[in-house]
Amino acid sequence: MSSFSVTEPSKRSKWVAGTLVITYALITMIPLVWILLTGFKSPADAISYPPKVVFDPTLEGYVNLFTTRTRQTQEFLNANPPQNWADEIVRQYDMVIVGPSKFGERFMNSVIIGFGSTFLSIFLGTLAAYAFSRFKVPLKDDLLFFILSTRMMPPVAVAIPIFLMFRNLGLSDTHLGMILLYTGVNISLAVWLLKGFIDEIPREYEEAALIDGYTRFQAFYKVVLPQAATGIASTAIFCLIFAWNEYAFAVLLTSATAQTAPPFIPTIIGVGGLDWPAVAAGATIFLIPVMIFTILMRKHLLRGITFGAVRK
Amino acid sequence: MTYSKLASASAIVLAATTLSTTAKADDLTLCWAAWDPANALVELSKEFEAESGHTMNFEFVPWPNFADRMLNELNSGGKLCDLLIGDSQWIGGGAENGHYVQLNEFFDAESISMDDFAPATVYAYSTWPKGTPNYYALPAMGDANGWFYRKDWFDDPEIQAAYKDATGQDLREPESQKELLQIAQFFQGREIDGKTVYGAAIFTERGSEGITMGVTGALYPWGFKYENTPGSYDMEGAVNSPEAVEALEFYKEFYKTATPPGYTNSYMGESLDAFKSGQVAMAMNWFAFFPGLYADPNTGGDKIDFFVNPPQNVAGSTLGGQGISVVSYSEKQDAALEYIKWFAQPAVQAKWWELGGYSAHNSVLQDPGFVDSAPFAGDFLLAMNDVQDFWQEPAYAELLLAMQKRIHDYVVADQGTAQEALDLLIEDWTETFQDEGKL
Amino acid sequence: MSDRTVDRVAQATPVRVARKIRGLSDRAIAWIFISPTIFLLLAINIFPLIWTIQLSFTNFKANRIGREVKDVGFRNYERILTDSDTWLNMQATAHFLFWTIFFQVLIGFTLAWLLNKKFRGNDLWTTIIVLPMMLSPAVVGNFWKFLYQPQIGLFNYIVSWFTGKDPSSFEMLGSVQLAPWAIVIVDTWMWTPFVMLICLAGLRSIPDYIYEAAEVDRASKLRQFFTITIPMVLPFLMLAVLFRGIENFKMFDLVVQLTGGGPGSTTELTSINLKREAFEKWRTGYASAYAIILFVTVFGLASIYVKALNKVKQR
Repeated sequence: MSSFSVTEPSKRSKWVAGTLVITYALITMIPLVWILLTGFKSPADAISYPPKVVFDPTLEGYVNLFTTRTRQTQEFLNANPPQNWADEIVRQYDMVIVGPSKFGERFMNSVIIGFGSTFLSIFLGTLAAYAFSRFKVPLKDDLLFFILSTRMMPPVAVAIPIFLMFRNLGLSDTHLGMILLYTGVNISLAVWLLKGFIDEIPREYEEAALIDGYTRFQAFYKVVLPQAATGIASTAIFCLIFAWNEYAFAVLLTSATAQTAPPFIPTIIGVGGLDWPAVAAGATIFLIPVMIFTILMRKHLLRGITFGAVRK
Repeated sequence: MTYSKLASASAIVLAATTLSTTAKADDLTLCWAAWDPANALVELSKEFEAESGHTMNFEFVPWPNFADRMLNELNSGGKLCDLLIGDSQWIGGGAENGHYVQLNEFFDAESISMDDFAPATVYAYSTWPKGTPNYYALPAMGDANGWFYRKDWFDDPEIQAAYKDATGQDLREPESQKELLQIAQFFQGREIDGKTVYGAAIFTERGSEGITMGVTGALYPWGFKYENTPGSYDMEGAVNSPEAVEALEFYKEFYKTATPPGYTNSYMGESLDAFKSGQVAMAMNWFAFFPGLYADPNTGGDKIDFFVNPPQNVAGSTLGGQGISVVSYSEKQDAALEYIKWFAQPAVQAKWWELGGYSAHNSVLQDPGFVDSAPFAGDFLLAMNDVQDFWQEPAYAELLLAMQKRIHDYVVADQGTAQEALDLLIEDWTETFQDEGKL
Repeated sequence: MSDRTVDRVAQATPVRVARKIRGLSDRAIAWIFISPTIFLLLAINIFPLIWTIQLSFTNFKANRIGREVKDVGFRNYERILTDSDTWLNMQATAHFLFWTIFFQVLIGFTLAWLLNKKFRGNDLWTTIIVLPMMLSPAVVGNFWKFLYQPQIGLFNYIVSWFTGKDPSSFEMLGSVQLAPWAIVIVDTWMWTPFVMLICLAGLRSIPDYIYEAAEVDRASKLRQFFTITIPMVLPFLMLAVLFRGIENFKMFDLVVQLTGGGPGSTTELTSINLKREAFEKWRTGYASAYAIILFVTVFGLASIYVKALNKVKQR
């Protein structure tokens, strides 16, 4: 755009707009910053009133997040000196670390189910999107709308029959069950987004490849797939973020073996009383990957959140 | 491994495990709520692991989600838990829906007698139908709702004088519900050490069972009954008796005039937070937390003392606590039963109490040294004499959720009158019992 | 484009010679590619839906396996639709839906409009503003509960700092008057960026020459705003509203964490009530009927809305 254009805002209006937007951005960050800070507070500082902005940072929250602790008698404590800094921290409550907490497992469940369902969604979604993009499929529009409409059901409503189905199939609280379920939910997003990306790849490339003697399959994975790589990557990240954040299905259909982090983090409690620093520590660790992905994905964000309806 | 090696290996195992009935070492999972006593149980179970060769795993779920998660697990036929320390109200459903293994034969074979356990706990945690000798659990953890307070404030001469001025009475552990409220109101909004403090933290939680467990602490002392005749489900005149209405109004007054701001949806955790952060003079909570509170570096030790839920018309405390059951979907029931057998031994029960678990075994409770073994031990015995529990029907969750809604609507959300709330509650409960075919 | 084959063939492509190729026919490939997806959707979405419809006419309880299942006809539907509590939940949902959309559109559009002034660093600030909406609502909602604590939470202290009110004099989550607004605030905090991004796309889609033409016609800035900006952004805005509407109708995680439906039943949205019926009371048949009613409602409203949206687009 030329800087002489009449649509170019004046210096002053730019300055005002900038100030307002930055103010909003700073306010909107307060809760996130507070999560970060609380993770480094001691439990007593976290629930002090009025809230403390300045405090002695401690790793207590992180230690509590990752460990299980028990209270011990004074004799035991005297007989067994603390072994490391983490032990040192819990000693002030007459406790000792007895093992890891469940957080690591739950976090791994999130990773396994997130990546598993993302891989499946992308695999199936790319195939379907390619077919919808390139071939005459009878009832194409109806099928596409059907795929989208499956996202309109409230998850709690879907969970009722899924619960029964999983119970009969022995899929309750299993990784496989959750991967299939999240794939089922994500596939609509994957198909819609990927169809958009593949639509943008000129058909001429494949057709030329076909003339060169490629089969359809070869043309698909040697020509189309490399071209669609960026689109596939951003779609994958959106699927991953969905599975990562999903709560309703996870809380209703898993209890331990396959439970992911979102239903787990709010239920982290300390030994007597809510352990807000540990909750905040867990939240921080859980939210940071998504923040990084968001920053990486900022160019494709809009497309992802609107199912490809708005492409910029 | 060759055949001969295998044979000799199993012979050694057989010879080594005199205590265990099975030769196989199993991985057992025990499910319970995540709280202080659960950690003590982990500690205690190490002995079992050493003796039996089995490995113990634990799945502890925080209280607000415990019922949801575990009942969901049972209803989906899950194999997660071999042993479950389930809440007392689940026993009906556990028995009728076949989630729990009936233990009578096992008790007979191993000569474990229910007469060795406190009768109130056997009745509440083990039997279904109630009071019949059909056992689905072994009492694992006795518990009741009690109170704790800031002893340092109660002992402060200035505060004592101010209380005398305000009420004409001595400041002491309350001996009636009304005195409890009076003390709480006295502390409400008072300045102590430069901070505004409040009366008491009580249960008001909406989502699981909080406000019901709190309000029954007032209802029972007023003489509340669920039915006119036990087992008849005739609730009209019992659930909404004048005493019940008065007790409910009392609880609302307590909530409105003597609790810290913001404690509108609070349960165990919030009550502990309020106390530990120095906001309240008193708080209600389960006895299970008392060892931890007593050990707290800031508000424990000589700053804290405990009392039993005060009587009004009669003595009464809300029952907590759990029995330990074997889950029928488990594939390791033999090993699970072995654990129960081990757990029932008097020596283990004594250690259990020592570590912070509330044993229900007579040999522990009737030991002459028990009352002095902890500052809350005597109160615990007192409370367990007069405990009452909520419905333990298979449909208990429906009954509980109805009560949660009606009580929270009235107490916290200011809808209708106490009479209306209890009348509506009878309607809800009647509908449930009709669906159940019991009315 | 790095692939040399592609480059080479792209130059000379006599179209539609592609037909006579070895291997499977396009038709076969199309079906091989699509059918796994359709199968999965049938298994995870359609079959359950049909099952739900069937269950909704029974008194089935998922936690009572041995119990006899009876056909109760439309009794469940009748009970739900005549229960005054259902309508209270619908009202709570409508309140939540209306005000979240109202504030998100208002703030989101304003932000987009300001961002479109293209001040320095606006890409950076856009990314920062967008962060809340990408995060797990359950995890963040849980933490907001902490922020809302009148004694120890930050929110009341900030409000008190601006208004001079005593921080412990009001309870965002505990009071019947404030709780419905507390959930609106958190949802607005979280999802305003969504509306903002879509509006921003709309604003950027307006070609400069339209404004230049208006400038030539001496139309005032205000007039340009109402005759060019608003109508051109409207289809985008309506799309954003559609998405937010559907999402917030389904709202579960955030509000469950914040209030759990309380105080009393003030913020008991339909999804929360459904969860109680289905997974706490285990009245599966009744809950299935409730689910169907919700589905029909959201599907019906969305269809009407999409028709309106298409009309606006065509203008």
